Amino acid sequence: MGLQKENHTYIRNEFLQGIGDGSAIGIGYLSVSFTFGIAAVSSGLNWWQAFVVSLMNLTSAGQFAGITIMVSLGTYIEMAVSQFVINLRYALMSISLSQKVDRDFGWQKKMILGFAVTDEIFAVALSRKGEVSGRYFAGLTVLPLLGWNLGTLAGAVLGDILPENLVSALGLAIYGMFIAIVVPVVKENKKIRIIVFFAVFLSFCLYYLPGLKNISSGFAIIIASVIASGAGAWLFPVEEEEEVKG
Amino acid sequence: MNHFWIYVIIMFGVTYLVRVLPFVVFREKIKSRYIRSFLAYIPYTVLGAMTFPAVFYATGSLPGAMAGVFVALVLAYRGKGLFPVAVFASGTAFLAGWFFM
Repeated sequence: MGLQKENHTYIRNEFLQGIGDGSAIGIGYLSVSFTFGIAAVSSGLNWWQAFVVSLMNLTSAGQFAGITIMVSLGTYIEMAVSQFVINLRYALMSISLSQKVDRDFGWQKKMILGFAVTDEIFAVALSRKGEVSGRYFAGLTVLPLLGWNLGTLAGAVLGDILPENLVSALGLAIYGMFIAIVVPVVKENKKIRIIVFFAVFLSFCLYYLPGLKNISSGFAIIIASVIASGAGAWLFPVEEEEEVKG
Repeated sequence: MNHFWIYVIIMFGVTYLVRVLPFVVFREKIKSRYIRSFLAYIPYTVLGAMTFPAVFYATGSLPGAMAGVFVALVLAYRGKGLFPVAVFASGTAFLAGWFFM
């Protein structure tokens, strides 16, 4: 509605602002995906397979569960269900985001940019004042996408070159990241603490108990997380404000 | 790994649809408090269940992995970031794996 000229610089700025706001995420993704690349190669994938998985998915927990199922030759159903459950939270984020985008953010843009909905990108997009434009969101995804894929490539290629005992020790890095994500939340939030301990307890049972230990690793993750989250949602329903912060 | 491409296409298809379908289709927020709570807790329970007990078998040396996990838990509890926690956990596992070989 403003002048053409102003509109033009405004649009360019939106894209550049997005790139700027995505830079921290990009750096963070670089290191997480590096550990994913290492983990993928140390569990038996080729470097290019690790790269393809990252290129097509852009999700840490889902990808990690995915390669676990691949190398244990899990069923296709197991793969589909695990991805569905682990990534279901993105559906919630996409719904929130759909209320926040501006009018020009049409279905075509949604079909392309929706690919890049992750916890962090969602959190930054949602914390933006006012509506989110396609240009801003596109800019926001640039560095995270670059970081995620370059990091995976670097980790996977190095994983192929480095000596085996070093690579297997580095396989612990991705778990270190998971621990670094969960522990601060568990420390702060008593409800999440109980729920996470319950999930871990179930996971131990599924791993060691006779009968239960025949359940494949992919399904074990699904069962433990669904039961623990289901019980948690029943015991401690979240308040309106505290729902998924990313 | 003959089925690699089938696995990857399933992963991609499910993950993509989970993200994009609600983005395109939904106009309203999910009202069920139960479902919202469930989805809020899922990331943490997944990470917890995926880490334990698998992490103990991640390096091929049980004592090495346990030492690494211990260091990771302590550093994370003290509020260190993702990168230092990951680096020190791996480094500890590497050295401890060497020591217990």
